[in-house]
Amino acid sequence: MTTPAGSADTNLPQTGPSAFDEHHPPSRELLDDCVHCGFCLPTCPTYQLWGEEMDSPRGRIYLMDLAEKGEIGLEGPLRQHIDACLGCMACVTACPSGVQYDKLLESVRPQLERNVPRTPSDRLFREAIFALFPYKRRLRAAALPGALYQKLAAVPAVRKLAAKLPGRLAALESLLPPVTVREAFATLPVHTSAVGDRRGRVALLSGCVQDVFFHRVNEATVRVLSAEGLDVLVPRDQQCCGALELHAGREDPALARAKRTIERFERLDVDHVVTNVAGCGSSMKDYAHLLADDPEWAVRAKEFSARVRDVHEVLAELGPRAPRSPVAARVAYHDACHLGHAQGVRTQPREVLRSIPELELLDIPEAALCCGSAGIYNMIMPDAADELGKRKADNVRSVEPAVVVTANPGCLLQIGKHLKDGTDGALPLLHPVQLLDASIRNVPVPRS
Amino acid sequence: MALDPVARAAIVAALGPDDVVDDPVQTRAYECDGLTGYRVRPEIVLIPRDAEAVARAVKACHRNGVPFVARGAGTGLSGGALPVADGVVISLARLKRVLEVDPENRRAVVEPGVTNLEITAAVAAHGLYYAPDPSSQQVCTIGGNVAENSGGAHCLKYGFTTNHVLSMEVVLPDGELVTLGGDSPEQQGPDLRGVFLGSEGTLGITTKITVRLLRTPETVRTLLADFPSVAEAGEVVSDIVAAGIVPAAVEMMDTLAIEAAEEAVHAGYTVGVPAALVVELDGPIEQCDAEFTQVKEICDAHGCTRLHIAGSPEERAAIWRGRKAAFAAVGRISPDYFVQDGVVPRTRLAEVLGRIADMGDEAGLRVANVFHAGDGNLHPLVLYSAAAGETERAEELSGAIAELCVELGGSLSGEHGIGTDKACSMPKMYGEEDLAVMQRVRDAFDPEGICNPGKVLPTPRLCGERPGKYRPHPLEESGVIERL
Repeated sequence: MTTPAGSADTNLPQTGPSAFDEHHPPSRELLDDCVHCGFCLPTCPTYQLWGEEMDSPRGRIYLMDLAEKGEIGLEGPLRQHIDACLGCMACVTACPSGVQYDKLLESVRPQLERNVPRTPSDRLFREAIFALFPYKRRLRAAALPGALYQKLAAVPAVRKLAAKLPGRLAALESLLPPVTVREAFATLPVHTSAVGDRRGRVALLSGCVQDVFFHRVNEATVRVLSAEGLDVLVPRDQQCCGALELHAGREDPALARAKRTIERFERLDVDHVVTNVAGCGSSMKDYAHLLADDPEWAVRAKEFSARVRDVHEVLAELGPRAPRSPVAARVAYHDACHLGHAQGVRTQPREVLRSIPELELLDIPEAALCCGSAGIYNMIMPDAADELGKRKADNVRSVEPAVVVTANPGCLLQIGKHLKDGTDGALPLLHPVQLLDASIRNVPVPRS
Repeated sequence: MALDPVARAAIVAALGPDDVVDDPVQTRAYECDGLTGYRVRPEIVLIPRDAEAVARAVKACHRNGVPFVARGAGTGLSGGALPVADGVVISLARLKRVLEVDPENRRAVVEPGVTNLEITAAVAAHGLYYAPDPSSQQVCTIGGNVAENSGGAHCLKYGFTTNHVLSMEVVLPDGELVTLGGDSPEQQGPDLRGVFLGSEGTLGITTKITVRLLRTPETVRTLLADFPSVAEAGEVVSDIVAAGIVPAAVEMMDTLAIEAAEEAVHAGYTVGVPAALVVELDGPIEQCDAEFTQVKEICDAHGCTRLHIAGSPEERAAIWRGRKAAFAAVGRISPDYFVQDGVVPRTRLAEVLGRIADMGDEAGLRVANVFHAGDGNLHPLVLYSAAAGETERAEELSGAIAELCVELGGSLSGEHGIGTDKACSMPKMYGEEDLAVMQRVRDAFDPEGICNPGKVLPTPRLCGERPGKYRPHPLEESGVIERL
């Protein structure tokens, strides 16, 4: 008598044709990598919330496996539980067997988008989200004071949503923080020279949400990179990198944006394409995989992805050169899932923060657990996102920081929202480069 | 035989729809635990939120004669949480509160869905920890640990779960909520806590556990030593014990296991060496230092090729991460594998490893070994490829290894339990009378046979034969003695 802990197909043969279509179904090899050990359960946000096997990585892979073997269809439970996944990839970090849940999810979500129709209201809401977020100009309009609908009446998807589901439009609007007109319309210089001896040359992805709502983070990034000896290019006509669409399974528009981004950046003579947004970095590093079987784009995507770096990777690799002035503060660093789990970038941001004299770096309990932002998740699954946001805010408070830093606009909005629900709304929430920028320039730490 | 609609309605009503999963597709996610070779879809999964709800669920099952199986994190490796067809799974995943921490008396009261490691996390600020440490401690739950009497690397010095649980609140198979054991480790009367603990979910469901906590040792010293052969490493283990040293843990890994673990966690293991030992000492600094020197000398005397001493808590954690991830990490070097769990007397370690290697060669299969060398608890991992048609050969080899352990004076299972997997092997270790006594104990708790049926003891349906069901003793029939 023995204990089979091997592939999931030990006892279950293929019983029918796969429920997936032939365009990039989840591969049998990747499904078989899961040995059902359960090490993923403690870091899965939905399993932590609900305690249901189907809403754990192991359970989701089990359902994918059944669908691939033709035992269940794509509609119903499979779609329900894949929709409930935040895509935080904490399970990828936790898995000792090297299961590539990221690749599995990336192939299953487009399958569901293509093959399982959504309810009209769900479709309408998603259309509105994707008609708004990837477009800087529309985001700017939305960011200004006044009702969202009136400002965006020209965008058909938003108009339809307002007519049929005004409540969800309000929910969407509540997530957009107010910004000043100056900030919403500010643009970065196309070229900023290195200070002192040049150590390299990089191009910066300015992002969509980032550039409208967190323009000050982009400004700080350009200043820090140049202070550390890099020439910084910010191509003017760049667009959304496609991260939000990619992570939601909207494959065609995501790939179109990937191609446009590659095209825009590949002709620049730079060492790296740099981003300060975890979600964008994770998707741009993934272009190589996404376009691997496209003969026209495979090589270009591979070369592009190889040059992509998160800003902390670049700074940590260069090592500090610009003199830093002390920032005597307790600083809690929150690992954005798309930076820590998806890109494995955990030590570099800490290294960068530790280069600031007198800064006391704090780790947050349950650091591996997602804050609930997760791309568009807090808009389409607000209840689960709220629970996770509250839990994250409690964990942040428990280490009594004076400043909280994280490298993703989604996390900044989500954690900010839930910290404000408490008594400590005044706690500054920043991107790590903003702290570094203040240290290098010897100015007070900004409040936001 | 389908579940009776009246029974179904009564069971669902016991908890209410929010805590019930009965969709035929969703329930499939519960059809196996960490042992995927056996799968049975339960008809209903109940996910109660507190002890009273567990009792209501069990009562509903009992009243309707429906079998039920308790499930924690579903990480067990012997199929102990395998559902029963047309039966109910009661998941304890939502009972995960730490109810009380009492640092002065070094006790904590927790619900069964709390993970092993979460107990330590909850008490660490008081300089305390929970000692038993199964390799899956970051995910396995304390309720499951109680059911399986789980061990772990540090049980060599500190003992198993049973040595660290003072009392449990349990729901008996008829739905009655009772407490077994008490705050004092010394209880009067029969030790029902001891009977229940390790019964693999066959006597009831634990809903609250009072655990003992230990003071975090003053110091911990950990070394990783490479050896030119498994036999040399085995002798080091014997010599350490012979020198009167009680290490906190002594773990051995062979070349395949090292390769897998290193690939998974990059902890600084030397890929390619035939054997490595992880030796950990803990306690007062002076004693630790003196014994650590002795251990190093013993390693050197047996041709140790590299000795790496963990210089920081991070390095120590990395060494243990490698060891603890080893099972699952073997998935990286082989498409399929069987995890075996057996025990041999420590003095026969080198012998059994030699025999396992020969048997592997004969079968043309690779066997990786990861084990708790200090107490002779082996975990041979038989690597095979189902696609290449090696499944049957691998199953035979793995079974033969378990029997070899019994033959050498050891045991069928060290810590993974008997469950579904080894129930039919029980007659190899126990005689008919032994099994009959075990069955009587079980019947005393669960006369209807609805609590995790088919596990631990061999049944005709599973094994084709049975050593005979309990028959009342003549003295019992005459009323001189009575069943408990």
